[in-house]
Amino acid sequence: MMPLSGDPPRSKILTVAVLVIVTALALAPFLFPGSKPLNVAAKICIFIALAASYDLLLGYTGVVSFAHTMFYGIGSYGIAIALHGMGASWGALALGLVIALPLAALLALIIGLFSLRVQTIFFAMITLAVASAFLVLASQLSWLTGGEDGRSFNLPDLLLSRTVFGNLFGTRITGNTLLYYVIFVGCALLFLLLLRVVNSPFGRVLQAIRENPFRAEALGYRTVIHRTLANCIAAAVAASAGALNATWLRYTGPDTSLSFAIMLDILLIVVIGGMGTMWGAIIGATLFILAQNYLQALMGVVSTSASDAGLPILPQLFHPDRWLLWLGILFIASVYFFPTGIVGKLRGAK
Amino acid sequence: MSATDNAASPGAALPKVRADYLPLLLPLLLAVAAYPFIPSTSTWVTLTIAGLAMGMMIFVMASGLTLIFGLMDVLNFGHGAFIAIGAYMAVLVLVPLSGWMQADSLWLNLAAIVPAVLLAVGVTGALGLAFERIVIAPVYGQHLKQILITMGGMIVAEELLKAFFGPQQISLPLPASWRGSFLIGEAAVEKYRVVATLVGLAVYVTMLLILNRTKIGLLIRAGVENTEMVEALGYRITRLFVGVFMVGSALAGLGGVMWGLYREQVNAAMGGELIVLVFIVVIIGGLGSVTGCFIGALLVALLTNYAGFLVPKVSLIADIMLMVAILLWRPRGLYPVTSR
Repeated sequence: MMPLSGDPPRSKILTVAVLVIVTALALAPFLFPGSKPLNVAAKICIFIALAASYDLLLGYTGVVSFAHTMFYGIGSYGIAIALHGMGASWGALALGLVIALPLAALLALIIGLFSLRVQTIFFAMITLAVASAFLVLASQLSWLTGGEDGRSFNLPDLLLSRTVFGNLFGTRITGNTLLYYVIFVGCALLFLLLLRVVNSPFGRVLQAIRENPFRAEALGYRTVIHRTLANCIAAAVAASAGALNATWLRYTGPDTSLSFAIMLDILLIVVIGGMGTMWGAIIGATLFILAQNYLQALMGVVSTSASDAGLPILPQLFHPDRWLLWLGILFIASVYFFPTGIVGKLRGAK
Repeated sequence: MSATDNAASPGAALPKVRADYLPLLLPLLLAVAAYPFIPSTSTWVTLTIAGLAMGMMIFVMASGLTLIFGLMDVLNFGHGAFIAIGAYMAVLVLVPLSGWMQADSLWLNLAAIVPAVLLAVGVTGALGLAFERIVIAPVYGQHLKQILITMGGMIVAEELLKAFFGPQQISLPLPASWRGSFLIGEAAVEKYRVVATLVGLAVYVTMLLILNRTKIGLLIRAGVENTEMVEALGYRITRLFVGVFMVGSALAGLGGVMWGLYREQVNAAMGGELIVLVFIVVIIGGLGSVTGCFIGALLVALLTNYAGFLVPKVSLIADIMLMVAILLWRPRGLYPVTSR
């Protein structure tokens, strides 16, 4: 299978799950009418690409970066600033991308060359510091980024829901539907690109470095160059995902693009889905976003019933805002007990 | 003296390690360099003392982290959680005792503060013990898993704090006797900053004395250099690990109390915010070095205060620039002690 770069899901259950998810996403505008399900579907698409790009770093290269949302944010802000400043035009959209993607890759190059020489711990700390500084910068430079309020902007008419193309299977096809498919196809291409990268000779070297950097170096592969290049690719993909997200929301602010919460989300998705298996991003992102949107309602029910029953502390523990607590516990448990995540488990079971 | 000479005469003294004083001058240089930019001397004095106090508090939080890293090669991303837990433990004591806190008597104030500090230190120390044994021990030597697991621990701790204490900020007013400021010349100096500076200095001196003058300190320093050799000589390295982890976590708790009082409020996210500053300090100082950490904390805090006064919006950026500059000069930090 060429598009999959010879790396299919390799497990029956996994194949079925991926097929179901992809079909559901592909037909989302027809299967699930209404704006909330479509929002959820778009977010799943974007997070699949974002988590897959993070997996390139974490799972394949064995490098922990906390600056991934920074690159995501650069993509988002690139689009937002261009469209806000120049008005809704295709030129602005293109300009935003043309500036944001190389900028993200360049920044990744600098951080990588600077800190990947030493060791992974160092890289983790430095990326955390740089990302925090970037967040501060984005929320302080209000003339450019709109500060805490962020920037909302308009898209070209073709992508707005007031443009109606007609009806298909009883669903109105609007510009918004078109935009959804742009995002769906864009994310699918990004995912396939990453799958191609990790299965290329370059990707094999990355895995060799992950397993034993010393040995890889001894075999003649420059570990710094490979790690840095992986960092750049991941950054560019993350920036693309950010650009798609900004386009979908027609808004960019610190909370939707840069916040540390998104970084944690990505970490949880990749670890729970399965590190070092691109397919884990699909499973993880889908489960996570669904949980984010629907589990909280369930927790609310548990919380109210617990408080009705007069139990102590349980209502607080199950309060919908505390859902990250349970995911955090799941996260730790999955690092210990199934470090290859859901995908690894499924593949092992075969 | 070369190595062969040394081997030939076993009675001869070991070659002296050349002392490296240059980094010690940096905070001084920074303070002097900032002087021309600041309009009045009294402002400069106020800012410098504020920087010293902040630096001492950050040092108390960061010293535990750097020791834990140096000895065990574990970078505890959950360190921030201990900072926050320490602050919340102080809330647990100080809010019910707010009557004593507001009384205009130093002794009554201390009667509230001392139990609060003891509880914070005790609880974070005990949690550190549990955390080391249960969470970290299974993943020694695996950096990736350590980072992920300690990060997960921090998420869970933050959420638990929110669940038990509520997600809102809790105010933690200073005791009456430490409030306000006094004048040195024309410069206003807040009393609490002096208290914080003294506590930080005491922690630093005690740490240096323990590390350099006691057998435990000798073992810790030896463990930082070469863990396996210490084990081979018959010492139980795990006991050392547990002890250092407990003390490091307790110091984080102490730092949390100090910071909470300094800000006069605590919230569950404070650990995550401070850990960034703590990391910058630890990187600047050189992973594992206590003195480096001390200087790093002073540098970062002074710069934060000066930059916060001159260009308020970019103080964190200034810290990053400082880190970059230091790393360009010494790529492994000011005092690299581990060979890792």
